Amino acid sequence: MEALDYREPQAKVLHGAQGDWEIVIGMEVHAQVLSKSKLFSGASTAFGAEPNTNVSLVDAAMPGMLPVINDFCVEQAVRAGLGLNARINLRSVFDRKNYFYPDLPQGYQISQFKHPIVGEGEVLVDMEPGVARKVRIERIHLEQDAGKSIHDMDPSLSFVDLNRTGVALMEIVSRPDIRGPEEAAEYVRKLRQILRYLGACDGNMQEGSLRADVNVSVCKPGDYERFRETGDFSVLGTRCEIKNMNSMRFIQQAIDYEARRQIAILEDGGSVDQETRLYDPNKGETRSMRSKEEAHDYRYFPDPDLLPLEIDEAYVARVRDSLPELPDAKKKRFVEAYGMTEYDASVLTAEHENAAFFEAVAEGRDGKTAANWVINELFGRLNKEGHSIDESPVSAQQLGGVIDLVSSDAISGKGGKDVLDLLWSEEKGADPAELVERKGMKQVSDTGAIEAAVDEVIAANPDKVAQAQEKPSLAGWFVGQVMKATGGKANPKAVNQIVREKLGV
Amino acid sequence: MSIDKATAARVAHLARIRVKDEDLETLAAELSGILGWVEQLGEVDVEGVEPMTSVTPMALRRREDAVTDGGIRDKVLANAPATREGFFAVPKVVE
Repeated sequence: MEALDYREPQAKVLHGAQGDWEIVIGMEVHAQVLSKSKLFSGASTAFGAEPNTNVSLVDAAMPGMLPVINDFCVEQAVRAGLGLNARINLRSVFDRKNYFYPDLPQGYQISQFKHPIVGEGEVLVDMEPGVARKVRIERIHLEQDAGKSIHDMDPSLSFVDLNRTGVALMEIVSRPDIRGPEEAAEYVRKLRQILRYLGACDGNMQEGSLRADVNVSVCKPGDYERFRETGDFSVLGTRCEIKNMNSMRFIQQAIDYEARRQIAILEDGGSVDQETRLYDPNKGETRSMRSKEEAHDYRYFPDPDLLPLEIDEAYVARVRDSLPELPDAKKKRFVEAYGMTEYDASVLTAEHENAAFFEAVAEGRDGKTAANWVINELFGRLNKEGHSIDESPVSAQQLGGVIDLVSSDAISGKGGKDVLDLLWSEEKGADPAELVERKGMKQVSDTGAIEAAVDEVIAANPDKVAQAQEKPSLAGWFVGQVMKATGGKANPKAVNQIVREKLGV
Repeated sequence: MSIDKATAARVAHLARIRVKDEDLETLAAELSGILGWVEQLGEVDVEGVEPMTSVTPMALRRREDAVTDGGIRDKVLANAPATREGFFAVPKVVE
């Protein structure tokens, strides 16, 4: 894998009343495929449509309807697999997972059980510069999403909307390699980043395009290492599954609460029941979802409506050739090619649009300088206004122009920020060089003019001169006065130098 | 493999089929009979035979990603016992 060097983080340790405990976490992330139409029907996947308008007779499970698979969804699953360095299975099989729920009209979900389209892979979860956890991926399979039930519109009825029914999901299943709440959140963040780079999923957690089921258990220090050596799950604790989390913050809170709940039970001499739980963000606790328990007998069997899905090496090769540069490789390249810190590279590569913007600014310029301007000035302003890079009022070309003006000493660093402010608001779309010329913002680097201004200030303030010669740090006052006298246009570096020469400090 | 009364009751529940208690014994016996009959297939030696997934040599057909369906809410809801404002209305199911 093309990534920077790293070491693994320490597992999170919780201090119980009777000793230390560690957390073991495995996750199932459901990512909605960014397709126009559903996995097995031609109905739209658009979010927020009027209820039951994006529903075909296939989705509504009318008798005699047959599913036909969407090739784009197959391709996205393969892309996701390649993006996670995973094995692609050229032959996979769709099964029926049987259960009853009002928002599942078929009475079964079409999923992949024994033969998923993607096998084992891995993802590097960044914790801080130089520290990352390699989390193994067990599999990715394709399956149908369920519809939505609304429970609060009527006291005795639930309302069912099948618009989401049949939308393609990729379920990404990890090994139990995640060792703390923060790692779990960072794992989801990294998956989301990779899927967005690939264009396989929009990663919109508010709209439910990315949701996670979190399996949590606790064990004593040393147990996890024994599990990794032997592969024996029985040395780990009994796990509980927290369903349907769609916020990084809640994922962390739920894991922390759940681990402490399990530790309290165990230290009390009790045992943890393997069960499905829900996190209630208002109360900050997890609670048992007993109703789902008996439904766990899913009676999987191969879907007789669908032949096995077969793709060939050429198909996989075509997809592989179309992959973009992925986050780990991009970050490594940014550090090596532009000489920036890993932290800056992480910020710039968080979204591929940000990285592309930076590279447009950095082209033909000093990479570190460009990184500073993009991160501190551009992102700073965008964040303040809650804008994404696509909504930036200043283009990469304009920002590059500002940097050039500062680099050539035509304006000071402070002047550059002023120019950026103007481009941001009343001078949208202007050419920076033209703007500086028109507004007379060019700084004065002509030493003659600066010397004259310095002489004037010195002549007018003999007492301050005496003080500054006693205490050289007071020279700054003179610099300020000269800057004021020149309307802020004097080159501050030159002023500073001349002031110090004339005062002899 | 034989099905006892408790298993028959469980399978009926999973399939959401209401079965009277006095019918369970008969049902269990019938299901056991069917399974026994199917189990005869186990006598055939299929060593080295690829599992057959289709009677004709064909691959799974894939379609292009295009919106070609939907917008038929009235048809979708036509058979529903109850609807409200474009939703199916069902007895309250809440976690």
